[in-house]
Amino acid sequence: MKFVAVTACPTGIAHTYMAAEALEEEAKKRGHEIAVETQGSAGSEKVNDSQISGAVGVIYAVDTNVDGRERFSHLPSVEVTPGEAINHAARVLDRAEKAVEEGVSEEPAETAASGRGGGGAAAAATGGGGGDGPGRSSKTGMVRQWLMTGVSYMLPFVTAGGILIALAFLVGDTVEVVNEDVYEQFSFGALFFKIGSTAFQMIGPILGGFIAYAMADRPGIAPGIVAGLLANDNGAGFLGAIIGGLLAGAVVLGLKRVPFPASLRSLLPVLFYPLIATFVVGTIMILVVGEPIAAATDALTSWLEGMGTANAIVLGVILGLMMAFDMGGPVNKVAYFFGVGLVAESVYAPMAAVMAAGMTPPLGLALATVVRKRLFNVQEQEAGKAAWVMGASFITEGAIPFAAADPIRVIPALMAGSAVAGGLSMAFDATLQAPHGGIFVFPLVGNPFLYVLAIAIGTVVTAVSVILLKEFRSAQDETADTTDETTEAARA
Amino acid sequence: MDLTIDDVTSTELIILDLDATERDAAIAEMADRLVAQGRISDRDAYVNAVLEREREGGGTGMEMGVAIPHAKSEAVNNASVAVARSDQGIDFGGDSEQPSTLLFLIAAPAGGDDLHVRLLSRLSRRLIHESFRQKLYDASSPDEVMETLREEVTL
Repeated sequence: MKFVAVTACPTGIAHTYMAAEALEEEAKKRGHEIAVETQGSAGSEKVNDSQISGAVGVIYAVDTNVDGRERFSHLPSVEVTPGEAINHAARVLDRAEKAVEEGVSEEPAETAASGRGGGGAAAAATGGGGGDGPGRSSKTGMVRQWLMTGVSYMLPFVTAGGILIALAFLVGDTVEVVNEDVYEQFSFGALFFKIGSTAFQMIGPILGGFIAYAMADRPGIAPGIVAGLLANDNGAGFLGAIIGGLLAGAVVLGLKRVPFPASLRSLLPVLFYPLIATFVVGTIMILVVGEPIAAATDALTSWLEGMGTANAIVLGVILGLMMAFDMGGPVNKVAYFFGVGLVAESVYAPMAAVMAAGMTPPLGLALATVVRKRLFNVQEQEAGKAAWVMGASFITEGAIPFAAADPIRVIPALMAGSAVAGGLSMAFDATLQAPHGGIFVFPLVGNPFLYVLAIAIGTVVTAVSVILLKEFRSAQDETADTTDETTEAARA
Repeated sequence: MDLTIDDVTSTELIILDLDATERDAAIAEMADRLVAQGRISDRDAYVNAVLEREREGGGTGMEMGVAIPHAKSEAVNNASVAVARSDQGIDFGGDSEQPSTLLFLIAAPAGGDDLHVRLLSRLSRRLIHESFRQKLYDASSPDEVMETLREEVTL
């Protein structure tokens, strides 16, 4: 077998090279070929394009960020620390052979668990997404890589939380379960809901924390997580957490450029960087992000109320657009509570539109991962399976991992599908008297058959839009890659 | 002129019977040699950087009985390596349960200096090979260690 490998460690003096030698020796012993790129201080010896195209798998022996990871994103991968490669090269090669045979990327569990590993989990995030890589070293490519790292750490919280909440709807009283207190009176529904919603509270903090981590390494985690918590707090949602994470990473990167006196240097990563960055980013999240969101939320609410229910279809379309815009963020909440508020006034159609529009984002993405697998990486394909369950249960958050990794393309697609679902639901005069529950409250839906049709059409529109936008992107990337190669060849 | 191992180490930087019995003292003892040879300008800054690397990375001990404490620091004048043997072994953490009996304290300057660092990286690579380690264990004097290094570690 032919492998490529990347070795990298924080100082790039010793482990990077020992790991490279260990992998080369072990590969030679087994009759494999391996080209190792040592990303260390003694110059990075790049593997070339023909080595990459000839390779059947990639081994990362790294505990820091990997440069140009996207070059290998189409290959089955294994990720370990340099220490593992040095001490247990045989084991690492065993795993690499297995990954190649099964054609999948291994979860980089050990790296993630040991708390290091830069874009560690981004290996899984980018793994297998053919034509999915960002143009190398481009600005947008870097941002995308950061977002992917954040998403890959955040994803388990979405799937675990979402499926537990769906289970709560299934075994408990669908409408009441959200108000039950498991500590006061035990029921399995309340238990599932409590655990699931707790996991959901971590979506923003983990997303923000690990975006900042991908950018600025460990000192980014604390400010990023705090920014995510504040985004929960001020209702900025996952988009707020992304902004907070990017800010936190940028502030730490900025601080790293400040020439602090040598005597303070050992205190920087544990004290000054997190302290200053957390304070700065926290202040921005509260004063600059939080306040305007509160004001905008109020304005949006009164605008929506002013519109009333005069033009039903337009209202449905608008509610749909809002539901899909930020999935649990401020705009989504305004639409959702508008629907819930009208239920209390015995007006049931907008609530139906709201729920339809909240179900299609995960459902449409789940459909897209099935019909156009290659546009999604391994991790997203798995997330797609959980998204069926979440979509069916009106847990819009199931779409967040996809939206957070590629907001510019995914969010408009989700909005298109939800607008259609919302508009059709109103046009069909469907009604709903429950505030949540997805298919579990379909018995409470008025005009259920047409309602299902509205959701199905919205789901298809979402899937088609996502596919079209992503296809467009990968076509663009290929052009960019070719240009890159040409310039590189010219330079050589 | 070609860079050789003599540019990054010397017999004065080789300790065949280390006095220290635990990590911090071992690093200090080796760092003192680097200071005495004028290879490090600020001992405390360098040692702190090494210790920080040990803590952050969970230790540089390896299963083959080798530890490579190291740091890149502005306190380093010239890329250097100090070598020590400890018969009883010293716990350097890392992925290893084994105490380390062969220690390499690597000092790299903060700036570029690619070639020197590359030579040190060659040394790191050689350490993977059992035969090389055995020669270092078998050496009976710093001169013999230097001889082995000259033979095996080249650009």
